[in-house]
Amino acid sequence: MTISEPKSLEEILTTLEGQDRIFLVGCSDCATVVQVGGEDQVKAMAEKLGEHGKTVTGTLIAEPGCHLLNLRRQFREHRQEVAAADAMLILSCGTGAQTAAQATDKPVHTGTNTLFLGCVERFGQFREYCSACGNCTLEQTGYICSVTRCSKGLQNGPCGGTTAEGKCEVNPETDCGWLLIYNKLKEQGKLDSVKSYLPPKEALVQPGQRTLSREGKEE
Amino acid sequence: MSLRPVLQSNTFVVTSEVGPPKGTNLHHVLEEAKLLGPLVHGINVTDIQAAAMRLGSMATCHLIKDLGYRPVLQMVCRDRNRLALQSDLLSAWVLGIENVLCLTGDHPTLGDHKGAKPVYDLDSVQLLKVAKGLNEGHDMSGNELDGKPDFCLGAVVTPGANPVEMQILKLEKKVEAGAEFIQTQAVYDVGMFADFMEKIAHIKVPVLAGIVLLKSAGMARYMNKNVAGVSVPEELIQEMARAGEADKAAKAEGKKADAQVKTSIAIGARLIQGLKPLCRGVHLMPLGWGHHVPAVLKAAGL
Repeated sequence: MTISEPKSLEEILTTLEGQDRIFLVGCSDCATVVQVGGEDQVKAMAEKLGEHGKTVTGTLIAEPGCHLLNLRRQFREHRQEVAAADAMLILSCGTGAQTAAQATDKPVHTGTNTLFLGCVERFGQFREYCSACGNCTLEQTGYICSVTRCSKGLQNGPCGGTTAEGKCEVNPETDCGWLLIYNKLKEQGKLDSVKSYLPPKEALVQPGQRTLSREGKEE
Repeated sequence: MSLRPVLQSNTFVVTSEVGPPKGTNLHHVLEEAKLLGPLVHGINVTDIQAAAMRLGSMATCHLIKDLGYRPVLQMVCRDRNRLALQSDLLSAWVLGIENVLCLTGDHPTLGDHKGAKPVYDLDSVQLLKVAKGLNEGHDMSGNELDGKPDFCLGAVVTPGANPVEMQILKLEKKVEAGAEFIQTQAVYDVGMFADFMEKIAHIKVPVLAGIVLLKSAGMARYMNKNVAGVSVPEELIQEMARAGEADKAAKAEGKKADAQVKTSIAIGARLIQGLKPLCRGVHLMPLGWGHHVPAVLKAAGL
């Protein structure tokens, strides 16, 4: 799940300056669960924009916002409302905002800041587990990611910053990732799996925009 | 000037640490190096310690080498990717720096440029392996070097970490990767350190126990609260607290207030004497009290 948070209304209004007719786009997936771009947030944003003198020409909930073909189809279905707008305001993640920018010629603005890939712990509570490093070593680290859970992303063991309470000295709210890994592997009798040297990751420094083509690939 | 012959001899090894200035005024750090140089086997120079931006370790090491002393370049993984780490190692070698201590490095959020991008492209184990590779004449991509260094490589460990087994697991990897000596985080409890040395008896690499001089009871309490893996026993805190009271009284009477300095020196010397039978040397981190190190070494009989 892509975890985002709303930008302040003040910042959004600044980006919309001189553009009075706005088409609002939410997202059916992550942004709905994270409550930044679901039906309720899109409705609330439409009201706020109205209070600040904007005209909302229409709204849609993208299915989902990161699906280019679906988004193009949905924009076509709303073509009159889109055509009537000076700009679009996208309430999903950074991928959603850029997918929208691909799918329309209208100026696009984002209403969110995208933070991380996360798990939904409970309603409104999200936590990061995966950094999408492209070179998964969870098998060695007891399914606790050393890249994400260690503040320094260390692969071969902890630094000296584990506090007496088992927290990370960087942030007393955060558990030391390596202590979690160590305790779990010890409990499972699998400490050997972190005793061997792990080489530096290559994918962490992969340049530019990552792409993947699964066309024609057999499962 | 490599530490290797000293490590391979029967000498009790003494190293001390200096920190470069925030700015270009090298007077203080070079004076400290001149004071300590004749008394120690190596002078570590910290690498942007505590992630507070300052002058570099490499330049300072080079100047210390020009003074005729043996510098130990501290190199952290926080600020440079694998290209810069390798390039800086080669640069250090041509400047006459032959000893490198490889560390992870304090996180930027603990320093004075909290928004700095943390690099950690390599970790300390990987850095050791890469540096050893340079010694062997190739970079980490396997390309052959035209001229190679011969660094004496060091690593660190925190004997007071809990669980210490997790530190030992990494220490084993560091030695396997190429560490030829170990300098430890500050030790205040000889019994705890003896247990630690027993647990790493299988690691046949010289260990230099870390000594940080206590400046006051307040500093000891601060470290207990804020420095991971460092634990000053209550009796030492009380000893410093009594000295602090004596200094306060002396000051009130207009007399010389040197009880804390004397006590600190005595504690440092006592620790060194206690640690001496357990390991191959000590590594002093005086944190601005370099001028008291000669007295500590003298009191410890070194």
